[in-house]
Amino acid sequence: MDGTQAIILTIITASTPLLLAAIGELVVERSGVLNLGVEGMMVMGAVCGFATAYTTGSPTLGIFAGIMAGVGMAFIFAFMTQTLVSNQVATGLALTLLGLGLSGLIGESFVGLPGVKLTPISIPLLGDIPFIGRILFGQDILVYASLALVVATTYVLFRTRIGLIIRAVGDNHHSAHSLGYNVIMVRYACILFGGACAGLSGAYLSLAYTPQWIENMTAGRGWIALALVVFATWLPKRLAIGAYLFGTVWIMGLYVQAQGLGIPSQFLSSLPYLVTIIALVIISGNKTLTRVNTPACIGQSFVPDR
Amino acid sequence: MRLILEKRSEHSEFMTLMSPLLAIFLTVITGAIIFALQGLNPLEALYVYFVEPVTSMWSIEEVLVKAAPLILIGVGLSICYMANVWNIGAEGQLTMGATFGSIVPIFFTSWQSPLTLVAMLICGAIGGAAFAAIPAFLKNRFNANEILTSLMLVYIAQLILDWLVRGPWRDPKGYNFPQSIPFEDWQLLPTLGDGRVHIGIILAIVAVIILSILMSRTLKGFEIMVVGNSPRAGRFSGFSRKKTVWFCLLLSGGLAGLAGIGEVAGPSGQLQPSISPGYGFTAIIVAFLGRLNPIGVFFAGIMLAITYIGGEGAQVVLGVSDKTAQVFQGILLFFILACDTLILYRIKLLGSVTPQQAAAE
Repeated sequence: MDGTQAIILTIITASTPLLLAAIGELVVERSGVLNLGVEGMMVMGAVCGFATAYTTGSPTLGIFAGIMAGVGMAFIFAFMTQTLVSNQVATGLALTLLGLGLSGLIGESFVGLPGVKLTPISIPLLGDIPFIGRILFGQDILVYASLALVVATTYVLFRTRIGLIIRAVGDNHHSAHSLGYNVIMVRYACILFGGACAGLSGAYLSLAYTPQWIENMTAGRGWIALALVVFATWLPKRLAIGAYLFGTVWIMGLYVQAQGLGIPSQFLSSLPYLVTIIALVIISGNKTLTRVNTPACIGQSFVPDR
Repeated sequence: MRLILEKRSEHSEFMTLMSPLLAIFLTVITGAIIFALQGLNPLEALYVYFVEPVTSMWSIEEVLVKAAPLILIGVGLSICYMANVWNIGAEGQLTMGATFGSIVPIFFTSWQSPLTLVAMLICGAIGGAAFAAIPAFLKNRFNANEILTSLMLVYIAQLILDWLVRGPWRDPKGYNFPQSIPFEDWQLLPTLGDGRVHIGIILAIVAVIILSILMSRTLKGFEIMVVGNSPRAGRFSGFSRKKTVWFCLLLSGGLAGLAGIGEVAGPSGQLQPSISPGYGFTAIIVAFLGRLNPIGVFFAGIMLAITYIGGEGAQVVLGVSDKTAQVFQGILLFFILACDTLILYRIKLLGSVTPQQAAAE
């Protein structure tokens, strides 16, 4: 395995968690809800995924546990913001703070233990093609799942009735309500989907990216996923491109660091955060790009009047 | 069975006062359940967490030391959130305040004057404000979401500090530990009496009083509230949204910076890679528990400081993880937000409602 191939492989593993978490949040925001708790749901997915996989020895169960942890956290958020109409920004922050604390507590006895790694699938013949074989056909199942999720989300959001309802709820909840759609229920479903994706993304981190549990191991990826959704102007295709761009930045930072060019490591570690800010600035400054796709009701609570 | 929210005709004054207390009560109950599940005596555990920190002079002093930065930051954030400006990067502004303020003791080691400390505090506030100016500028000029930019800057600030204390600012006599030179006596905040309480708490109280007057007695305070609660009305009355964004971020950044230099020139006495146990994030909870009211923030800051000290105590006495305090803080914020619903709505639990009944309403 030569150097370039190794780098491409790590870029894919670094981009996948960003893509998974961001695609979930994209659906949530399309339904008009801003869930800032991605980081919290993700870190809970990571710790529950790791703990389950470690205890049972099965990465599959770990992935399942990660998803469930994300869904559980998302349910708290949905109940608070949809049923009790609490402020979405504040509740999202609360979810992140709770997730970071709770994951630290749960994970305390798992720090430093060797993890169970999710093994890549290997397709005979195709996987043996030099260079591109490993890259295209030798990834773990979640990499393919994340890409399939992008295609499926694009299809559902823009080609099906369900997608139309989700977007209607996100763009004008009063009209959607008048047409007889249950705004609250649609949003509940989207929030839970977002939680599942964030939990899965966390489990990917602790089972495939670095198979171990480290406190706060999400390291701001949940927030970067949120920024990615804005960067992609709420379009799944652009989201995939964005996630891979960010994954590349993340890995290039580590790669340059390993080369020892005398650049302070802290500067390279700050690159993903710096690039996130720059990307946000570029996209947000472009009014035509953002206005077209921004869900009009994002962040607004809806109380059906009776 | 389902929950129904019924809008009150006007918001309930009673609930405005009660909701934080109710939230604390619910958190305590939840805490008791968690402790019972861990096989601890819930009453004893709650005593260690919430009462013991205020039973001895020593621990009361520790509570005040921790409350000072929480109140300073929380009071600034409460004004931000009032104006719908979501600065969540106070932790980064605190870090930069600590870094900027430390320029004085690190580069002017021998400048011994009563003004040394004043210069440090001013530099700290400027550092925090300058760092908060970045999201303010990006918000106003490029419409970049301040939540995300201010949070990303937290990581960047911590990496800058990490680089400084491991690189150029490392104490040559520090046996390679990542820390700056220790500050001299005249570069440390004076303590009140012989204890550990330093004048940071006085600064916090002054900030609470000034901002409380600002919000309740001045046009600026009114402007902040109008812009935050009703942006349209704000535009019609000629209040500038952009100026409000600048004002709120610079103010809260400056206060966070002050808290930062207060930490290094207070309890820690030198720059280290990690100077705060997440004060900038806990202060978000403080702001909400204080109902975004400066006076309320004061009491909320004391309350959250108690959970920090109680958490440390519980770790020693009960062998409970120190992470438990953080979980409590998170749960508390959830209960605060949930109880705030009661100010504007009545909650009704309905059995299954038939369409006719619903129509009759």
